[in-house]
Order: sequence, then C-alpha cells, then structure tokens
Amino acid sequence: MARAASPRRRFLTTLAAWGVALVIFFPVLWMILTSFKTEASAVAMPPEFLSADWTTENYAEVWQRSDYPRFFWNSVVISVGSTLLGLAIAIPAAWSMAFVPGKRTKDLLMWMLSTKMMPAVAVLIPLYLVFQRIGLFDTKIGLILALMLMNLPIIIWMLYTYFKEIPGEILEAARMDGASLWNEIVYVLTPMALPGIASTMLLNIILAWNEAFWTITLTTTKAAPLSAFIASFSAPQGLFYAKLSAASAMAILPILILGWFSQKQLVRGLTFGAVK
Amino acid sequence: MGKIQLTQVRKSFGDVDVIPGIDLSIEDGEFVVFVGPSGCGKSTLLRLIAGLEDTTSGTIAIDGKDATNLPPAKRGLAMVFQSYALYPHMSVRKNIAFPLKMAGMPDSEQAARVERAAKVLNLTSYLDRRPGQLSGGQRQRVAIGRAIVREPSAFLFDEPLSNLDAALRVGMRQEITELHQSLKTTMIYVTHDQVEAMTMADKIVVLNAGRVEQVGSPLELYHRPQNLFVAGFIGSPKMNVLDGAEAAKHGAATIGVRPEHLDIGAGGPWQGTVGLTEHLGSDTFLKVTLDSGEVVTVRANGDVALHHGDRVSLAPQAGKIHRFGADGKALA
Repeated sequence: MARAASPRRRFLTTLAAWGVALVIFFPVLWMILTSFKTEASAVAMPPEFLSADWTTENYAEVWQRSDYPRFFWNSVVISVGSTLLGLAIAIPAAWSMAFVPGKRTKDLLMWMLSTKMMPAVAVLIPLYLVFQRIGLFDTKIGLILALMLMNLPIIIWMLYTYFKEIPGEILEAARMDGASLWNEIVYVLTPMALPGIASTMLLNIILAWNEAFWTITLTTTKAAPLSAFIASFSAPQGLFYAKLSAASAMAILPILILGWFSQKQLVRGLTFGAVK
Repeated sequence: MGKIQLTQVRKSFGDVDVIPGIDLSIEDGEFVVFVGPSGCGKSTLLRLIAGLEDTTSGTIAIDGKDATNLPPAKRGLAMVFQSYALYPHMSVRKNIAFPLKMAGMPDSEQAARVERAAKVLNLTSYLDRRPGQLSGGQRQRVAIGRAIVREPSAFLFDEPLSNLDAALRVGMRQEITELHQSLKTTMIYVTHDQVEAMTMADKIVVLNAGRVEQVGSPLELYHRPQNLFVAGFIGSPKMNVLDGAEAAKHGAATIGVRPEHLDIGAGGPWQGTVGLTEHLGSDTFLKVTLDSGEVVTVRANGDVALHHGDRVSLAPQAGKIHRFGADGKALA
C-alpha cells in the first residue's frame, strides 16, 4: 500500500532533493558562468557570481585557437564506435550467460565486474607500450578498442540483466518455429530487449565520451577527443580559467544535450528489473 | 504422418534421474495426454520429444526416422506453451506468420495461411493487434494458430490451459478437441488435470516419478487401473481405498471403490456416520466415517437428504471393487 506523505514532509523532501541536485549541478553551473567571464573576473576574490563583465570572447578564442570540429568528430567516432563494437560482442555473450548458463557463469560475471575495480593506472605502462609497439598509439581504432574493453564488463552486465527478464519460453518458441540462433537474436531477443540495449548504448556512449585517463594518455594529436581538447587548455602558459571553462562547456555540451533528451530512457534502463 | 516412438528414453539432470527410461508408442493421429502430479516428468518428456532438452540416452523416432539429435525446428513438430510464449513486439498476424517466415515461405503464401488459421480460430478481427491487447483465451488461440500454420506432423501442448479461468478452460478444451477432430493430426498434451485428460484423450499416459504407470484409453484407466497410483489419480473424487480386514475379505491387501459405486441404503455391509456434505446440485458428495475408522467419499444424487451425524449403511456395487496386492498392483 502506498504511504501517504503529509504536505509538510513532501515539501521538506522536495527541498532536500533540490538542495542535493543544486550541489551536484553547481560545478557545471559555475563552469558555464566562468566561461562567460573575463579572465580577470574569473579569478577575482571574492568570487564574482553575477556582477562579472559578461563576454563571449572566450568561446571565440577557443574556437579560433583550436580545431574543435576535429576533436568533436574524434569523440563521436570513439564513443559511438567503442559502444557499437562492445554491443556486438556483448549481445551474444550476455545471451549465452542468460539463457545457457554454465556452472561458472555467475563467477565469470563477478570476475568481469571485478576488473572494473582495478585501478587503471596499474595497466597504464604495459598498455602504453603495447599500443606504441603495434601502432595503435594515437589512432581512433586504438582508442575504440581500449574503451570498448574498459566498458565491456558493464555492457555485458547490463545486457545480462535485461536478457534475464525475457522469458526463456519465448526463445524456445522461436526455436520450435524454426529460428536459427542468429534469427532468434535478431527477430526475437533484440527487439524485446531494445529498451535495455538502447539504455546500455546511451550509458556507454556517455562513459566513453567522458573518459579522460586513457584518451589523454594514449593520444597526442591525431586521435585526440574532446577530453584531450580540454586538457590542452591547461597549457604551459598557465591556467586561463575562463577559456578552460569555455572549452569544457563546448566539450560537455553535446553529451549534456544527449543525456537531457534520453534521461527517461536512461533512468528506465538503470532501474530495469528493480520493479515490475 | 505423426507417429512417435520412444525407446528407452532417459533424462537425468546431474545425478538426478528425472526419467529413468521410458518406452512409448504414439500412433499417427492420436490425441495422447501425459498426466501426472507435479514433478512427475511429464513436461520434461514433452520437451525431450520437442527437442528442447537433450536425451541422456535412448532414441526418439518421428515417422520412423531417428530424431534424437535433431534440433527442434527440424522435427516437424509445433508446440503450444503454458505461458503462450507469443512475441510481444509482433502483431497477431506476424506472430502466426513467424514460423512460415523462418521457413522462407513466399509472402503471398504466408498471408493465405495466416488468414486460413485466423478464420479457423476466430482471430480474423484481431490480426493487427499486439498480444498485450488480447485476453488470455485469445492469446492461447494465437499460440495455437502459430502452431497450426506450420502444418506439423504433431502438436505438443504443455499445460496450455493452466493460465485460463475455469469457464474459459472448458471452452478451450472443447475447441482443442474439435481442432483435433478436424485436423486429425497427432497431438500430445501435458496436463496435471485428470478431467482434461479424461475428456480430451484417445490415450492417456499416466506418469509418476518419471515412470509410465499405465497407458490406455480414459475408460480403460477408469475401469481397470493397473495399480493403486492410477486408481487414485484417475477419477474425481478419488477412489476410496480400504485395507486391513475389509480388504482381506476380498482376498486382497487393499481394495478400492469409486465414490459413485457406493450405494446408500439399509442393509449395506459398511456402517458409518455422515460427516461433511457437499451439495453440487447435480451430485452430493458425502464424507462418511465408517465404524472401522476409515473415511470414504460417496457420490450420491443431488437431492439426497442426509446431514452431518446421520447414520448410513453403504454397499459397494457388485463387480465394482478393485483389488490390489501388497505391491500396489491390481489383482486379476
């Protein structure tokens, strides 16, 4: 039975939720505000919240000084590419784990997830050297492979959870109806798990887009995505907060828009299976 | 054609022998019902025939050909599942056409077959709906439609009516029986409901703990149960079972009398007191505690005027006493 909340309690809960949301959003808000300030007012003490001299010069300068479209395109290729490649591997993997589990399937899943707990820096040197030796350093293919492997455990876990929700009898019915394994996945499993696949895809695009450690380490110029673009503004000349903020805003804007329009799908995806 | 022959079919899951070894012959065009209590292996046996489970040993032959290692789709069988197992993202039309599409049939032929099946099953006006927009009975009809368009050599039904309410179940039962009469295709039907088994089957296979207890026509099983398990399982209410001195009088370890074969009247050999009475209108079921302490059920006519605490004497009808030996097997 639903618990009836008193208006006062509801007001306090809403207030607390807004407070938490504001705390989370504040750095982004501050960054956007700073991107419209002059360098002087960006570092003014005490901080100027609204009384700054507003300017769009930072954006113009960032645009002129760097090749934003190339970074943007690299980010798109790397995040979408690694996600699609990850899905191509994860869908059959999650299918077999969900529908023909072996004795060690659960252990395998746990092990896969545990690799996410390993500090990335632990494999930095070997991976850096391997990438240099086999010519993957500063290539989009290299980053697609690296990010796909980083996120593969999460993709498999999420898809496994969605697939577990699909009744096995439906797949058996497809088998009785003459569907090959490929047809079973294409015509029955994928359409039924489409909401789950879509939210997995979105989440992984966001994760890959925001990834900074590997993208900065494994690239120099050619394959550098927007995370490297931001880093390039904390340059040897020193920190220019206003320009850095403008560059950061330009880097996160596309993914922010994507996240905003797909938030319903994302929330549904992340809470899938929690309630029926 | 739809002759299915099982020879020493065994299935074990790990160390557990679910089906220790079954021999069974199903003739072309027969309506065979596998019946038994929960966990007796009837669904597993059906899934072995379907190819959804691998046999541990033994052979399954369909129309004379060894199908033991064939994948489900190559066996020429169609299955209707308890949960209907419809594809929720497809319309009724696409659901029914799915096996035809998988077989690579031309679109025009697919459409014609779907229309034909929809007409037989009264689904024509629902063809463009999704399964979620249909009632339980309609969904089950779609599942049957998906099975009949393939024109299989045999239909397999896995407790298809369990999810329907009582009234709908009776209706669907008749529809499936009529379908069998018009298609004349072999049907294997799994149920735990002995009423379904009795009303639909040409041949009933009673299963218990993975073993076949008896195979026969419904009336054969009713009139001549081969053992106590079948005697107790077939017939509703259950057969009354008495042992001890009363059984010894008939030269048996146990005797069984069906509730409808006990007459109430003066001078019967068994005296007792009426306990619970259930008035169904057409019949009255009386629980009578015999003076020997055993409780028997009596099926009397609907307007019998007996109440709790009344004394009655009961007489089993001549020739209707079933005798069983100490091993539970029927005595000749």
